[in-house]
Amino acid sequence: MPELLDKRLVFVTGKGGVGKSTISIALGLAAASRGKRTIVCEVGGQETASRVFRRAEIGFHEVEVSDNLWAISIDPDQSLREYLLLQLKVRAMRDMLVRSRVFNYLAAATPGLKELVTIGKIWELAQPNRKVKKAAEYDLVIVDAPATGHGIGFLQTPRTFAGIARVGPVHAQAEALDRFITNHDTTGVAIVSLPEEMPVNESASLEASLTSEIGMAVDRVYMNALYPERFSTGDASELEDALERAEGSARSAVRAALSEHRRCRSQREQLQRLKAAVASPVKTLPFIFKPALDVPSLQRLAGALV
Amino acid sequence: MATVTDITDGRGICICAGSGGVGKTTTSAALAAGLAARGQKVAVLTIDPAKRLADSLGLEELGNTPKMVDPALFEPCGVEMRGELWAMMLDAKATFDELVRKHAPDAETRDRILENRIYRQLSNALAGSQEYMAMEKLFEIHQEGRYDFLVLDTPPSRNALDFLDAPKRLTQFIEGRGMQMFMKPTGVAAKVVGRGSSMAFSVLKRVTGLDLISDLSEFFQAFSGMVDGFRERAKRVSELLADPATTFVVVCGPQGEPIEEAVYFHRKLVEAQLPVGGVIVNKVHYETEADLTSGEVQADLSELLDEGLAERVARNFADYQALAERDARNVEHLQRELQPKAVIRIPYLDEDVHDLEALLKIDRYLFASEEQREELAASGAA
Repeated sequence: MPELLDKRLVFVTGKGGVGKSTISIALGLAAASRGKRTIVCEVGGQETASRVFRRAEIGFHEVEVSDNLWAISIDPDQSLREYLLLQLKVRAMRDMLVRSRVFNYLAAATPGLKELVTIGKIWELAQPNRKVKKAAEYDLVIVDAPATGHGIGFLQTPRTFAGIARVGPVHAQAEALDRFITNHDTTGVAIVSLPEEMPVNESASLEASLTSEIGMAVDRVYMNALYPERFSTGDASELEDALERAEGSARSAVRAALSEHRRCRSQREQLQRLKAAVASPVKTLPFIFKPALDVPSLQRLAGALV
Repeated sequence: MATVTDITDGRGICICAGSGGVGKTTTSAALAAGLAARGQKVAVLTIDPAKRLADSLGLEELGNTPKMVDPALFEPCGVEMRGELWAMMLDAKATFDELVRKHAPDAETRDRILENRIYRQLSNALAGSQEYMAMEKLFEIHQEGRYDFLVLDTPPSRNALDFLDAPKRLTQFIEGRGMQMFMKPTGVAAKVVGRGSSMAFSVLKRVTGLDLISDLSEFFQAFSGMVDGFRERAKRVSELLADPATTFVVVCGPQGEPIEEAVYFHRKLVEAQLPVGGVIVNKVHYETEADLTSGEVQADLSELLDEGLAERVARNFADYQALAERDARNVEHLQRELQPKAVIRIPYLDEDVHDLEALLKIDRYLFASEEQREELAASGAA
């Protein structure tokens, strides 16, 4: 099985708020710096990439944000239009369809269609021979995937559709998507976790669902935002003593140090729990003491990812 | 200054909203536990598929109906339970099934829907169905009138606004009549549909395959008899959300992005004319009295500790203060936006919150005044 960044498609997933967007971009930077033409896809319209790289909204366009690194925000409605154009070839026919009531009704009402066309667009980006005219090939596509719960449903969509449409073009295409995302040579998953009880539990159940229910390859679990081990147990007891005598700012500083020590210790316990609970290799990432993440801190994070 | 009772007093429902990973489930549970301890009969409804709430409340599992949390569990934490705390976890599929049973005009339609392949595969994954079913369940429990207060934890979603138009989307989805016209283009319907649509229909068949279209048609037709019932229900759910006895609380974290999301979400709720009580900011690094520069702090520390340790403590403190300053700036920004509504800060506790004891620690901050919170945080009660 190839290494994570040697695949064509990588889904970054995990519980909400664990840093999926940050890690997706950092992974993109890491791959780009290794000479891979890489694109990071956002699927929830959150536009993290445009904020990080300080540029205008990216939207449904492939925009180069850094050397060798592109970004796109995948909009389901536009993906559907693009898909129809590729299917129908004739623009007039597509326009007629898109304007018709029956189509708009179906597009809005069909459960899971948005997810299906989103995965369809991701698949299209990852093809060596792109379907979109004059589009360039990418070596690696990284997807900032929806959070746990929604994430599983999202990745299951192709199979669900393949089951519903028993024959016909939708059936064949949904099956092709499912085959692609469950092919361990082409597609990988990185789960992002945090050193806290609930994210660790969720990472373990997420890994189990992804591998056993969907059949995807989980390549790695990132334990994000680990505090540095600044104080030893010996230091801590010295600090406890000093707390009795300290006043003013010094007291606040000692308290902050003791707090960091306690959190750090509980984080290490969670790290051990995670390692015991998941089958994939766990890689740790440092907490970044920055008010807001900028490109240099992401570059630093990129170095720790591989 | 605000305590959470300013938000909940005189109300009967509190809906906790916000993006994923900001501690919504924990906050909902802490709020419900606090109100229950103070004498009310409270039910908390969570949607989270990860069974987080069950974990925090020492319940083996949570089902689709509320279960009472053992009051004896509160004693070891030094809390007297004067009311009752009930908890449930939403099962969207089961709720959807119940709804179908309730609204189906006859047994045949009911079975046709419940056994429909598309319904069975998608009733759980259906876009917006989780959100809608959460509110449906809230409505149902509210109708029963067995509780003094209900706390709803909304589904984790990137777009925290999804649930607001869930009733509308669901009604749109089951408005099967329009669909039926397209599926049976004969007789009067054919005239209404016209040639444009039948052309669109034939193009569509080419793209999707006839099989899928006819299955969908069957699905929508089965639903069409229930449109009125669903529409009426959705209307009443929307009315409940806008009721003066309901209050929305936005939950967020102190970092820039969650704060921006909270501001945006608050505006949207106000625009939608929904009653917003305030914002709860979790995991805040409280500012400590730092009248000295980092060099001076280190000098003070070196009187207490050896040089190496003093230096590390000073560096750690500088890092902490940078985060505390960021949090203070962000919370201030939030306060300006929300005036005069409540902004409640819950400090970043030393330990992870995942059991009842920690939940009740959060509670002490939730139900304290701003002054008491400052004191609690300064005394290291975390």
